[in-house]
Amino acid sequence: MKRLITALFLCCVCALAQQHPAVAVRNARIVTVSGPVIAKGTVVVRNGLIEAVGDNVQAPADALVIDGEGLTVYPGLIDALSTWGQPGAAPATTTAAAGRGGRGTVAATPTPAVAAVFAVPAAPARGPEDRPQTTSWVRIADEISGTDRRIETARSAGFTTAVTFPTRGIFAGQGAVIDLLSGEKTGEMVVASPMGQYISIGRGGFGGGMGGGFPSALMGYIAYVRQIYLDLEHYKLVKEAYAKDPRGMQRPNYDRALEGLMDSPRILLPANRMVEMDRMLRLAADLKQPTILYGGREAYRPEAAELLKKSNTPLLLSMRWPEKSRDADPDEVDSMRTLETRDKAAQAPAVLAKAGARWAFYSDGLDQPRDLQRAIKKALDAGLSREDALRALTLSPAEIFGVQDRVGSIEKGKIANLVVTRGDLFDDRTKVEAIIVDGRKYTPVPETPPFGGRGAATEEPGNPGGAR
Amino acid sequence: MKKILFVVSVAVLPAAFAETYVLQNATIMTVAKGTLKGSIVVRDGKIAEVGEKVMVPADAKIIDASNQYIIPGIIDCHSHIAADGGINEGSVSVSSMVDIKDVINPEDIAIYRALAGGVTTANILHGSANSIGGKTLPLKMRWGKDAPGMIFEGATPGIKFALGENPKRAGNPTGRAINAGAQPARYPATRMGVEDVIREAFVEAKAYKAEWDAWEANKTGIPPRKDLKLEALKEVLEGRRYVHAHCYRADEILMLLRVADEFGFKIRTLQHVLEGYKVAKEIAAHGAGASTFSDWWSYKMEAFDAIPYNATIMMRKGVVVSINSDDAEQMRHLNIEAGKAMKYGGATETEALAMVTLNPAKQLGIDNRVGSIEVGKDADLVIYDKFPLSDYAKVQKVLIDGTIYFDRDNEVTGRPLKQAEKQKLIDKEKQNQQRGPQTPPTRRQG
Repeated sequence: MKRLITALFLCCVCALAQQHPAVAVRNARIVTVSGPVIAKGTVVVRNGLIEAVGDNVQAPADALVIDGEGLTVYPGLIDALSTWGQPGAAPATTTAAAGRGGRGTVAATPTPAVAAVFAVPAAPARGPEDRPQTTSWVRIADEISGTDRRIETARSAGFTTAVTFPTRGIFAGQGAVIDLLSGEKTGEMVVASPMGQYISIGRGGFGGGMGGGFPSALMGYIAYVRQIYLDLEHYKLVKEAYAKDPRGMQRPNYDRALEGLMDSPRILLPANRMVEMDRMLRLAADLKQPTILYGGREAYRPEAAELLKKSNTPLLLSMRWPEKSRDADPDEVDSMRTLETRDKAAQAPAVLAKAGARWAFYSDGLDQPRDLQRAIKKALDAGLSREDALRALTLSPAEIFGVQDRVGSIEKGKIANLVVTRGDLFDDRTKVEAIIVDGRKYTPVPETPPFGGRGAATEEPGNPGGAR
Repeated sequence: MKKILFVVSVAVLPAAFAETYVLQNATIMTVAKGTLKGSIVVRDGKIAEVGEKVMVPADAKIIDASNQYIIPGIIDCHSHIAADGGINEGSVSVSSMVDIKDVINPEDIAIYRALAGGVTTANILHGSANSIGGKTLPLKMRWGKDAPGMIFEGATPGIKFALGENPKRAGNPTGRAINAGAQPARYPATRMGVEDVIREAFVEAKAYKAEWDAWEANKTGIPPRKDLKLEALKEVLEGRRYVHAHCYRADEILMLLRVADEFGFKIRTLQHVLEGYKVAKEIAAHGAGASTFSDWWSYKMEAFDAIPYNATIMMRKGVVVSINSDDAEQMRHLNIEAGKAMKYGGATETEALAMVTLNPAKQLGIDNRVGSIEVGKDADLVIYDKFPLSDYAKVQKVLIDGTIYFDRDNEVTGRPLKQAEKQKLIDKEKQNQQRGPQTPPTRRQG
């Protein structure tokens, strides 16, 4: 019986992802991103890798051949900051809140991805020493699952890869680059790990923080981040000395929060407004950690792009453009800054590209192909070139996370993550014909109608889990 | 050396771009050296000359201030504007690890409004929820600059303390923070407890300081762990950080002065200090300044014994007294608040004006730079159309470091244009909303 079920299950998997020794897309237009566009060429995929690409490449005899006449091949899209692959997880952040002076309504508490791991400690924190809201040791690579339904919808929009992060708490844990495979062994999904520490900074209020204790105000959050890195410095010194000669020395306490930070290659800090970008860049300089900012609602302001460029810090830009809430009081007039932000936010990509800043898009809770496409279109309408848009969804995120040697472009030897479309990727009527992830060919599912009511979600970026 | 050079060049740069101005034919209330009819020369961000007759430099721009008044920029010793994300780290009784410096919001519109009220410097304080609050610092109201550009360079930073009802959570016997939902009880719940919290914190800070001093002496081995909370208190013990203590009642004021004497540190200012008139001699003896309200009281039990004569009585007893706002609105008419000291207690014009200029400058240790109109001081100046301590007076221009940051003429003439721009955006958004669909809300699984 058990065997029968297994067999049935395997059949299902086969139906979803067709596996062939090799796949070749012949006579197609190939947008490599890393190099010039090949007007008519062939891509050969074998063992999950790109075996060959070029205008005089032959399709091997054992390959499943896709006739590429009228088709375009792109590198698979990458969501630079995601929670895909974590069933039940809240979106990484939502940054649409440009409602009233940027303060949004509070969203419902999301179901934790892995309750045991993310459980909030019962006693409220009395200070930084209690390591409030910290699960820095969590590696999301250990927690991902191919059963997340969003994988399939995102893949249908052309995404083959996501940099997925745990997002609950101040130090939520380490992200991983994953390929968007369905129902496979989860170990196969992981492309690279750990990718860095996801940090949330709350907005603050009068009482206790989301854990009921320290920190509660924005300055408390920042003080905590500062203290933990001071502690880390000291911890390293003590551990080193103990490792050298433990005799006669008191054993240093094992601190999992610091252990989790120790092997973190970079940190992700939230910053939406101009002043937040400035603030977080200064904090990052003090912490001496390689840093990526996420959010970027006011990145349309040229001085923001300048700041990013000057500090050579990449920005992950939310694709969820701020909108006036449908429920907003019609008599209430927003501030000039809020109005301007809603008007100009989608210009940010064009401004950043023009300034030569390092940036990439992230889905920020969007996963339906239609919504993602609409979001990109808004940026294109605001002056972003198609080349820059594509780069911000492929090679740029790969470079930002240091995995450009395996994903992000169509080059020989890289992982075979491809999108095959009829028409330009960013056109309204374009149809995604096939998605190849890790060399496995998937066909897009017809789009399911979005469920739930309409209206902008108004969570603050980096408000940990929107829990307050 | 390189670092020093860099610092110097940064400090000089903005001044180098400042214009040379001559503010002509005004009534100049210098605060430090009486009132005169004359002119002020402003060069490189500093006051270059003050007198009945001045040498007008060839490159100078003339600002005609005939029939107008010039006073030093107003200094508010107690403000909570320009800070993001809450001014109270209210979750703990000692929150000296947090710092206002980390959350400066240079785009807070309250800065511009304060400017329009003649304020050029404000001491941005942490709130009063904790016995020992967060780190604080004075800012100059340089509207348009970034966060570091707002900081009063070289000023001694501070820390907020608070006594009485706020830290002990009056009217909230469980010690719950107001409106905080299921907030657990927080020590302390009495004035005795407040004293104990401060005492304990400084016992801990002394031990911490001793540990560091021992290590600094020969710098061998692993340095002690750096603790941001105790680091701030160590700075207080070393006199490198000023204590600004929120207080009301005479008994708690005396308590704090005694605790400070016992641990060997100074209280720089007592804030609110509404019963200060009862213990003015003791305050003067400690050397603490007093920063109070003009006539705001009875808003809670501990404010019932206040009298509007408080400021002048303390002043007559030798205390350096300032009048503060603690409020973004009141901040815009501190000149009138100062004027009340003339009615209540008979302060002279200069004495009253000093309560919002030179005295707060002294309290913040920045009177070498600001607080009066004297040659060599920062050109932080306010031009009023009428006698500045009158409630008919309107601010015409405000200069900080010799740069005009507020100009009433520009403000008034610019309004229709700003309004039109705003209306355009509102109309555009309305049109778009009718046309296009919205992005759906975030979906969650499960």
